[in-house]
Amino acid sequence: MPKDTGIGASSKRREDVRFLTGKGLYTQDIALAGQTYAVMVRSNVAHGKIKSINTAKAAAMPGVLAVFTGEDFKDVGGNPAGWLINSRDGTPMREPKRPVLAHGKVRHVGDAYAAIVAETYNQAKDAAQQLADDTDIEELPAIIDMKAAVANPANRVHDEIPDNLCFDWGWIEDNRAAVDAAFKSAPHVTTLELVNNRLVPNAMEPRASIGEYNAGTGDYKLTTTSQNPHLTRLLVAAFVLGIPENKLTVVAPDVGGGFGSKIYHYGEAALVLAAAKKLGRPVRWIAERSESFLSDAHGRDHVTKIELASTKDGEILAIRTETLANVGAYLSNFSTATPTFLHGTLMAGPYKVPHVYVNVKTVFTNTAPVDAYRGAGRPEATFSIERVVDKMCRELGLDAFEVRRKNLLTPDQFPYTTPVGLVYDTGNYQATLDKAIELGDVAGFEARAAASAAKGKLRGMGLSTWIEACGIAPSHLVGVLGSRVGLFDAATVRVNATGNISVMTGAHSHGQGHETVFAQIVADKLGIDESAVDIVHGDTSKIPFGMGSYGSRSLAVCGSAMDKAVDKIIAKGKKIAAHMLEASEGDIVFEAGKFSVAGTDKAKTFGEIAFSAYVPHNYPLETLEPGLEETAFYDPANFTYPAGAYICEVEVDPETGKVDIASFTAADDFGNVMNPMIVEGQVHGGVGQGIGQALLENTVYDENGQILTASFMDYAMPRADDVPFYTVDHSCATPCTHNPLGVKGCGEAGAIGSPPAVINAVIDALHRGGHTHVTHIDMPVSPARVWAAING
Amino acid sequence: MTKVTMTVNGKSVSAEVEGRTLLSAFLREGLALTGTHIGCDTTQCGACTVHVDGKAVKSCAVFALDVDGANVRTIEGMANADGSLSVIQQSFQDHHGLQCGFCTPGMVMASAALLADNPKPTEAEVRHHLEGNICRCTGYHNIVKAVLAASGQDVPAVAAE
Repeated sequence: MPKDTGIGASSKRREDVRFLTGKGLYTQDIALAGQTYAVMVRSNVAHGKIKSINTAKAAAMPGVLAVFTGEDFKDVGGNPAGWLINSRDGTPMREPKRPVLAHGKVRHVGDAYAAIVAETYNQAKDAAQQLADDTDIEELPAIIDMKAAVANPANRVHDEIPDNLCFDWGWIEDNRAAVDAAFKSAPHVTTLELVNNRLVPNAMEPRASIGEYNAGTGDYKLTTTSQNPHLTRLLVAAFVLGIPENKLTVVAPDVGGGFGSKIYHYGEAALVLAAAKKLGRPVRWIAERSESFLSDAHGRDHVTKIELASTKDGEILAIRTETLANVGAYLSNFSTATPTFLHGTLMAGPYKVPHVYVNVKTVFTNTAPVDAYRGAGRPEATFSIERVVDKMCRELGLDAFEVRRKNLLTPDQFPYTTPVGLVYDTGNYQATLDKAIELGDVAGFEARAAASAAKGKLRGMGLSTWIEACGIAPSHLVGVLGSRVGLFDAATVRVNATGNISVMTGAHSHGQGHETVFAQIVADKLGIDESAVDIVHGDTSKIPFGMGSYGSRSLAVCGSAMDKAVDKIIAKGKKIAAHMLEASEGDIVFEAGKFSVAGTDKAKTFGEIAFSAYVPHNYPLETLEPGLEETAFYDPANFTYPAGAYICEVEVDPETGKVDIASFTAADDFGNVMNPMIVEGQVHGGVGQGIGQALLENTVYDENGQILTASFMDYAMPRADDVPFYTVDHSCATPCTHNPLGVKGCGEAGAIGSPPAVINAVIDALHRGGHTHVTHIDMPVSPARVWAAING
Repeated sequence: MTKVTMTVNGKSVSAEVEGRTLLSAFLREGLALTGTHIGCDTTQCGACTVHVDGKAVKSCAVFALDVDGANVRTIEGMANADGSLSVIQQSFQDHHGLQCGFCTPGMVMASAALLADNPKPTEAEVRHHLEGNICRCTGYHNIVKAVLAASGQDVPAVAAE
């Protein structure tokens, strides 16, 4: 029976009431007395030398309060990369400075080189145009194509980096010889070259930052669209502006989606703080959507050659890849981790693969920075593997389901050490495959294909069996791998005298529903009503610490910290109860909201214990502090490893090349599920984004570095009539073995597993229609691309 | 500056506005009705959808002066008189039709306008009608489900989980 409250219940989301009544408070909704407006002045060329900026006219325009250029920030720190990657030869990656405002050179269309602050937004916009007119930028040849960037050392994004390479990474370099040997002796080798298309995350709320400064105290406040306010504080304070961390408060109020793009620190946040100090007034910057396209960190953008060595009956013997990963013009905060340790370490997939070697060359280009976007490296790995496995099946005439079954790890093989450095703790990949086959009605496919054929359509079915590593991450491990931060998390559980509770969590909710599900967990553990628990997040002045929400880590890491803090509350409650009940602490049991003496009817409710902690008249003050508030920090022992099997059916119109998603089935293993409704919603959203990548979305720069897809009129976001109802299931659960809740994380799954299922289905449809010469079509499989492939 | 008068959520309001003031800016900055959101520059995302004389209108695409004398309703005016959620709002909560909440006001306004015109839309009609409202979080599954449920129809079995 589904529960109606607590862990496992589909509790309705409490945050919905404010969102449904217009009472949400996003950064763009905040109006402050005396506020001023910042507008960024952005490069309209991809690559250029700034010869002069004449600020005089702009500065004299009505309402203009200040003009900033790169010169004003040339002596403050750069926005750093959070992860040090070494090349195969042991040399460290190249790290060009990423300034608050471009100085000397502009390096991509949208690179901000100046900013105007004015009394009104329109005045700032007008002055920004004037300043652009008064700026002389000598355009340089744009470096856009990655292969050309590496091949032509004369043309450099950063003058000090001769080959435009950030690093040339091998994983695992010591395994390379064995992998090469496995390929030499393999009975069959399948090769596939593919592009993982560049995407713009496009959270519906554009980025925004409001800076405030109190000259009386020296305190700064930044209100911003962040997935991780503490990380933003660290980056702004310690690395860029040199503000003491304790003098900067970062607040991320309601945030309208993130998908990775709001993990990072961007120059605008530093700018509004510096401007607020200079002017003594609040400074607000709200991005226009076109600025999101120009300056948010983009996602994916890999060009990969993958080879798969196998027996003639489809047993995988080895995998080898070479990837060019676009990092854009500057290193965004996690940009070096995404194509490496979030990608290469997943390249064994859910399979028994004896030998794997991954090579990634990360390339600077005159494009916007590229960083983690929903899934972050793992969609790229999954797409490469699942596409090449599918191609191998076709080359050898084998059944895609049976080949998966033959190669999937089996439950008795866990914990399983992969050849790419991870230890999968638990899973049952056959179970999710069987569940997907059942729910996707694979048995009925031929009849549906015949029905489609009768309409002149080609129906195809595609499979993807995927795995990811998330719950990011064990600090000791990521430290070894080059991370410059810890990736633990923290929570404080504050029990008030009247027994209700505030939980301060380091997670940040920007759509995930933490305010509801975290309250379910705390209430369930304490045996109290969910309505007595409030979740507080998104404010560095209230939260003990937090690394924020990304990498499907909120529940697995932040939730575990919260769980530990609740355990401490219960432990202290037992001491108080033992005193009040005149019993030994060891005899106190806590169950269903009551502390009782085992084997007796003597008991105190949770509320009575809380009251006693704050009104300690009958209390062991000589041995125990009053009050009932506990903080816990939690660092996971391992990543978590959600996995699943996805089946997509498509109908292709052979006349036009248009692909319609006929059905989509997702069977996932997320471990224990706290709120099924929310988990299913996360999968829906991820699958929707994956279908968007597969069918619709693409970020296109022309050879001059002009972005051709910089609005919702040119960039095809998935809309309601592009997608079907999805069938999702999470019943095949193998609880995570190393966190207290047994949870694995579900936020990225849909975006990871779905693109190869869609493309495999399209290829299947074309083959069934006799177009067997088509072995691959790059995403997005637009009608034009499919039609061209059919007509060869 | 020109004087504009309109009824917003049942209250008559008057103000002096510039000719270039968009209805969205008038609502958000002039009346502090910040539930109407701005998500794009090109009238594509639909987050700013409001009702003008009962029709769904993208408020970033009309000037405040264009709706002089009109009856405007925003998300802040959608709840029942006693403050409880209206049928469509409640259906969005019941069916988890929102995540980050940013597109939600526009989705609710667009959906309410659909149901006023077409009380029993098909799934395809709902999807077609919502084409002008972009959501990045939900994959639309639960939004479509919420609208169908609000119309009093049985949600298709496939969408029932």
